[in-house]
Amino acid sequence: MASGVKPRVKVPKTAAAGDSITIKTLISHKMESGQRKDGDGNVIPQSIINRFTCDFNGENVVDVEMKAAISTNPYFEFQAMVPEAGEFKFTWYDDDGDVYDTTKKIAIG
Amino acid sequence: MELTRRNVMIAGAGALVAAGMPMQAFASATDDAIAAFTGGAEVGAGDIAVVAPEIAENGNTVPIEVSSETAVEIMVLATGNPTPGVATFKFGKLAASRSASTRIRLAGTQDVVAIAKMADGTFAKASATVKVTIGGCGG
Amino acid sequence: MKKLTGILLASTLATPLFAEAVDDTLVLNEEIKMVTRTAAPAHMAEEVDEIISGWHFRGKETRAMQADDFDNPGMIFVEKGEDSWNKVEGSEGKSCASCHGDSASMADVRPVYPKYNEAAGEVRTLEMQVNDCRENQMGAEKLGYTSGSMANMTALLASVSRGKPVNVAIDGPSSATWEAGKELYYARTGQLELSCASCHEANYGNMIRADHLSQGQINGFPTYRLKNTKLNSVHARFKGCVRDTRAQTYKPGSAEFVALELYVASRGNGLSVEGPSVRN
Repeated sequence: MASGVKPRVKVPKTAAAGDSITIKTLISHKMESGQRKDGDGNVIPQSIINRFTCDFNGENVVDVEMKAAISTNPYFEFQAMVPEAGEFKFTWYDDDGDVYDTTKKIAIG
Repeated sequence: MELTRRNVMIAGAGALVAAGMPMQAFASATDDAIAAFTGGAEVGAGDIAVVAPEIAENGNTVPIEVSSETAVEIMVLATGNPTPGVATFKFGKLAASRSASTRIRLAGTQDVVAIAKMADGTFAKASATVKVTIGGCGG
Repeated sequence: MKKLTGILLASTLATPLFAEAVDDTLVLNEEIKMVTRTAAPAHMAEEVDEIISGWHFRGKETRAMQADDFDNPGMIFVEKGEDSWNKVEGSEGKSCASCHGDSASMADVRPVYPKYNEAAGEVRTLEMQVNDCRENQMGAEKLGYTSGSMANMTALLASVSRGKPVNVAIDGPSSATWEAGKELYYARTGQLELSCASCHEANYGNMIRADHLSQGQINGFPTYRLKNTKLNSVHARFKGCVRDTRAQTYKPGSAEFVALELYVASRGNGLSVEGPSVRN
């Protein structure tokens, strides 16, 4: 596992049924671009998070294919519909095969 | 980089070239990426917008936003990067808008292009030029 | 030399990219109104009328990034700092929290550091105090002065003080160190013969190549730089600046940089603590 990877997400605690809400996500990750060289002049191989998904109660909100041009500590902001109370699931897929995920519950009220 | 007269002049010359002439060297890679996304379909202006700073303080972290009313997918390309791919957003059933923001790397002054794929299989394109400045001091 | 510097600075002005210090207000999380410009403290009032946070010298997007804790990538490192705050380490079976409690209880600490330590008979930076606690209270290994773990800790301690005014003591037992720091601030160094003041007092608001010179305030440290996408500590920044004058630099944690930090911090007395700030 890439070291020190830490996901953060910002989701309102409550929403009205049918509301649209803003979600922000950030994950600490180097996003090694494959364009850099080490001290000896050897290319440092690419090692990035290549996909991010957000789902709510099993339905997809957004599915992002990511390339090396996404900055270190990848950040996304987008809008989701909240039809009912439930749980958001956020998943990041690393080139090295690791998968990082986190969830956030939202209530209707 | 140390501030020397020579370095300043070199950097200045580089900045002029970069500012006056967005890099075209990788145009074919961009065209290829667009063709792969659209399957060769025609791409005109339409329901797609890309918002990016006119001047980025540092090319390492440039905030951008893409938005559309109706797109099902939006592909973002950085035309002047060594490889143009940035991200492709696919909006699911519970996406409340066809918009997203992120932070991207730009290797120099260049155009950021967004291609939207609509539900009916048509495509639209928008772009924004971002000038990337060279910082003053090392670190 | 001063003239030559002026020419160099002017010749790099391809286009005025950003105006002088931008007129804007920093409200953190739509909640805490920060003091980002205020009257200069008495000790420097002859040289500068107003002290201005580096935040005002940054572009719109960078300024916005700092205004919201979620948008600020530096806050990832604050969370890491919080984890180590609560982590038991060393031979004594203690964490920082074992003695100090919640990190929020440290809100009055960052604003007054560097600070004279009576028992040690010296002015200490926050980093020195953290390591003193680790060594002598926790029985744990010291952290590298400019290491990521140390920056995480100082970012945590700064974050709980945000909005409080920097207020370092410059008199009494601190005065000798403060004077030594002032001496360094105005001493020209390196092949370029530049002092801190050459750029950050005489030329703030001007361009150096494509970048804007700020007043070099340190109320926002540690600072998350877009350039290297990590937290940067005060002494690492000092080192970079001195190196850019083409001089041999002092070491992070050295007596010289401790003194310089006290003096530079005192030039920001009255500005809100902003760390971790976001800069380019």
